[in-house]
Amino acid sequence: MARVVVDVMLKPEILDPQGQAVQRALPRLGFAGIADVRQGKRFELEVEGPVDDAALARIHEMAETFLANTVIEDFVVKVES
Amino acid sequence: MSLDTVKHASETPDSEQPWKELGLKEDEYARIREILGRRPTGAELAMYSVMWSEHCSYKSSKVHLKQFGEKTPENDAMLVGIGENAGVVDVGQGYAVTFKVESHNHPSYIEPYQGAATGVGGIVRDILAMGARPVAVVDPLRFGAADHPDTKRVLPGVVAGIGGYGNCLGLPNIGGEVVFDSCYQGNPLVNAGCIGVMKHEDIHLAKASGPGNKVILYGARTGGDGIGGVSVLASETFDDTKPTKRPAVQVGDPFQEKLLIECTLEIFQEKLVAGIQDLGGAGLSCATSELASAGSGGMRVDLEKVHLRDATLSPEEILMSESQERMCAIVEPQHVDRFLEICEKWDVIAVVIGEVTEGERLEIFWHGEQIVDVPPRSVAHEGPTYHRPFARPEWQDALQADDAGKLPRPQDGAELKDQVLKLVSSPNQASKSWITDQYDRFVQGNTVLAQPEDAGMVRIDEETNLGVAMATDGNGRYAKLDPYTGAQLALAEAYRNVAASGAKPLAISDCLNFGSPEDPAVMWQFAEATRGLADGCFQLGTPVTGGNVSLYNQTGEVAIHPTPVVAVLGVIDDVNRRTPIAFAEEGQLLYLLGDTKEEFGGSAWSEVIHQHLGGMPPAVDLDREKLLGEILISGSRDGMIDAAHDLSDGGLVQAVVESCLRGGNGARLVVPEGLDAFTFLFSESAGRAVVAVPRSEELRFTDMCGARGLPATRIGVVDGDAVDVQGEFALSLTELREAHEATIPGLLA
Amino acid sequence: MTARIGVVTFPGTLDDQDALRAARLAGAEPVSLWHRDKDLKQVDAVVLAGGFSYGDYLRAGAISRFSPVMETIIEQAKAGMPVLGICNGFQILTEAHLLPGAMLRNNHLHFICRDQKLRVENAETAWTSDYSAGQEIEVPLKNMDGRYVADERTLDELEAEGRVAFRYLDVNPNGSLRDIAGITNAAGNVVGLMPHPEHAVEPLIGTGKTDGLGFFTSILKKLVNA
Repeated sequence: MARVVVDVMLKPEILDPQGQAVQRALPRLGFAGIADVRQGKRFELEVEGPVDDAALARIHEMAETFLANTVIEDFVVKVES
Repeated sequence: MSLDTVKHASETPDSEQPWKELGLKEDEYARIREILGRRPTGAELAMYSVMWSEHCSYKSSKVHLKQFGEKTPENDAMLVGIGENAGVVDVGQGYAVTFKVESHNHPSYIEPYQGAATGVGGIVRDILAMGARPVAVVDPLRFGAADHPDTKRVLPGVVAGIGGYGNCLGLPNIGGEVVFDSCYQGNPLVNAGCIGVMKHEDIHLAKASGPGNKVILYGARTGGDGIGGVSVLASETFDDTKPTKRPAVQVGDPFQEKLLIECTLEIFQEKLVAGIQDLGGAGLSCATSELASAGSGGMRVDLEKVHLRDATLSPEEILMSESQERMCAIVEPQHVDRFLEICEKWDVIAVVIGEVTEGERLEIFWHGEQIVDVPPRSVAHEGPTYHRPFARPEWQDALQADDAGKLPRPQDGAELKDQVLKLVSSPNQASKSWITDQYDRFVQGNTVLAQPEDAGMVRIDEETNLGVAMATDGNGRYAKLDPYTGAQLALAEAYRNVAASGAKPLAISDCLNFGSPEDPAVMWQFAEATRGLADGCFQLGTPVTGGNVSLYNQTGEVAIHPTPVVAVLGVIDDVNRRTPIAFAEEGQLLYLLGDTKEEFGGSAWSEVIHQHLGGMPPAVDLDREKLLGEILISGSRDGMIDAAHDLSDGGLVQAVVESCLRGGNGARLVVPEGLDAFTFLFSESAGRAVVAVPRSEELRFTDMCGARGLPATRIGVVDGDAVDVQGEFALSLTELREAHEATIPGLLA
Repeated sequence: MTARIGVVTFPGTLDDQDALRAARLAGAEPVSLWHRDKDLKQVDAVVLAGGFSYGDYLRAGAISRFSPVMETIIEQAKAGMPVLGICNGFQILTEAHLLPGAMLRNNHLHFICRDQKLRVENAETAWTSDYSAGQEIEVPLKNMDGRYVADERTLDELEAEGRVAFRYLDVNPNGSLRDIAGITNAAGNVVGLMPHPEHAVEPLIGTGKTDGLGFFTSILKKLVNA
């Protein structure tokens, strides 16, 4: 089966305290040099059938209406091998 | 590698079996062979090894726990005693209340969030399995030193897990405690309690009777959670199409459990269930063997029917899986369709996996091949009983002789003031609201009292205002000094707290947290504590309805303080009459009930000011506790007192500060005749409470105390905006509030 | 003569019983609605109650918003039926685009349960007419994902049109922009707020005040006098 990945991130202008909490913790744990961290979601979809244009369009719609809340989130659809 | 069937086992008696890796002793393995008349199959070996483990069989503690059954006081309110999932007491008006406390200590050290979350999930299912709607949770927690880095790892995770799971279930968190002590550094104690309510006729028991009745497994899918050591059996069938790791940590899904609760309650309402058990430790193997052994003895299960999350699980793994949010019901054939329909309504997976049979064997099949054929009682109830050696430790005398009364005391008002501030701002005595504000205390709309009140209280009938209350208490420091007395002090404190809220104590559940049973000193502590608790319950008339034992809480040679935690359940006729701790009305008179002596062994003062643990804990007088309880309840019911707060760690000053801050009013105190200021403020003598009495009620109240023989000393009045101890010092409420409330957020936020 | 107030139960809804009780105490007839039914049983108004519907999985309210019952509710709300969304209900209303904006994790990343002071900003809506503009009330608040956000244009619009219904006072418990605790749609029939008025309807329980009862008496008056 083919896998399609949808990455969902908060829009850049939205405050992300979870990402900030991670960023604050890194130096304490000994990791320097990270200017910013933003946290998102990754959806791995196992698709039945071919991943053609029609399938991708459907997945795009799925992402826009359900997987992401486009008021506050952006998404990217990627096909994996 | 072929399936290890019963047939195969009887044909290959000399096969090597990993009984040692699974935690069994040689004589236990021999006994299994004797019971079965052959070597056990892999699945049977797994079942016995887990069911006969300390955690499931209580093999080290049984001989001592027997006392709870032997010394049970007469109590008309007891409907279900020790032995079932949880105890049940009658609270009047046809209602029965079930409650229990349990521990989930070791998992919470490994994965704090999930360890605590699944602990809540487990205790809630126990209550549900009794036939009740869960209505409240409580959580007594113990962590290492408050400023230790690892405490900062464990505590926030545990609190988030309890909140994350409990809040999502819709259960108000109405009480508990948070205690810091370095002895718990590597062994945090996460005890979780739950209260459930039902009508008498709804009580369900965990037994499978009636040949032909179906066995239905419902709830979450079964995965590889918690299999742990059992996977050594699977290693023989290892191939690379399987996941390489079996999760050591169980992950809870509170949404799934919420559906399970609603689904189960609807099923109960339609009376579709003959017996029910929740799946906890040892999963399906435990549920089936317990149901079968409590019932008419026989059961047949077809394991391939179980809905799996992971199709690569071997039958042994399915049997031992500890996947959460699952229950097992015994259902008469004519009710099965309706049962499955209700599950479908709630989107809960349900499947018939077997049936109750004639005869007395538990038989489990995998695609038609038999892999288990055992007498269920031998698995569930006839595990080994150890008589572990116990001996009073050599250091006990020296510890008790190290009298805290000899420690340097504050010499004047200024020193007293300074020490009071240190006390109320120390992590153990400071406000825990940073923690308790992470729990929903409002959901279900019946919470009458919650933290930081003396007891949690919920209304259980909206028409009559009948309510129940619960308090949980424990003091490892006292118990270390003297386990017998320490256990009784924990019981007395919880009893006193319930009475202080205006409710009548009925029964208890206990969570016994101790070190390694292989250490005779620890075993002595355990023996003494259980003896103290059993004796105490008998004297107070509050039977032990059930509970939990957690052993092996130690890191290397160092055990935790012996920490018996007691949960007392009480009933109140009218929740409107409950007594809060807040000094809310200026002008009310403050009375100290009970006798104050110089008792500082194990006290908060000795810990905070001198980092000292030594001497004898306060003396216990259970007759006095009973009398005090009666006075507090009468005083509450008849409107003679408007506030009551029990005295425990931190003594009188801690109680007064808490009540003043809660009510937003100060107090002017006068040190009574015959006492010095230091003892008055910091002693931890038991059997005491402070109450606020409206002036109009003073005579009635003091007459009642006098007539009943309870010392009642007027110590001051609710007034002003400071805690003012005449001739000694005054501390403004502002200063006290800041000191009391800044500590925990300062350490953990 | 009274009005029927429907309260929806989704899988994972927790405060439906409290909302039903509040409706009853106000004198209305409480009606339970199941998420799978499109039929609203002739109720005159709907309350989307608090809780963790679908465990808050994906996003709070994201899955509930597609339930059969929501299809009818969205339709009827657009036609003027009063709808009150409390906490998770508010989240469902924003996911359903009946109200603008969205709810995110509390800025301090903890669940918070506290007695919360609010100022009533808009006392003209179907659910707030029994209050007066500027009135201070105290109502329990309890949530993990209560931070209200919207873009600047939307926020300015809400302010300009007087559609901020409630604002947090003293303490902003979750980082909501402009201290917004609740909002209304332009027509004033759809109101959403994070705090829980249904937990403040009895003197014995919750905050010890009955400041939340006004929501339920307001709607009753509106419906009965309609």
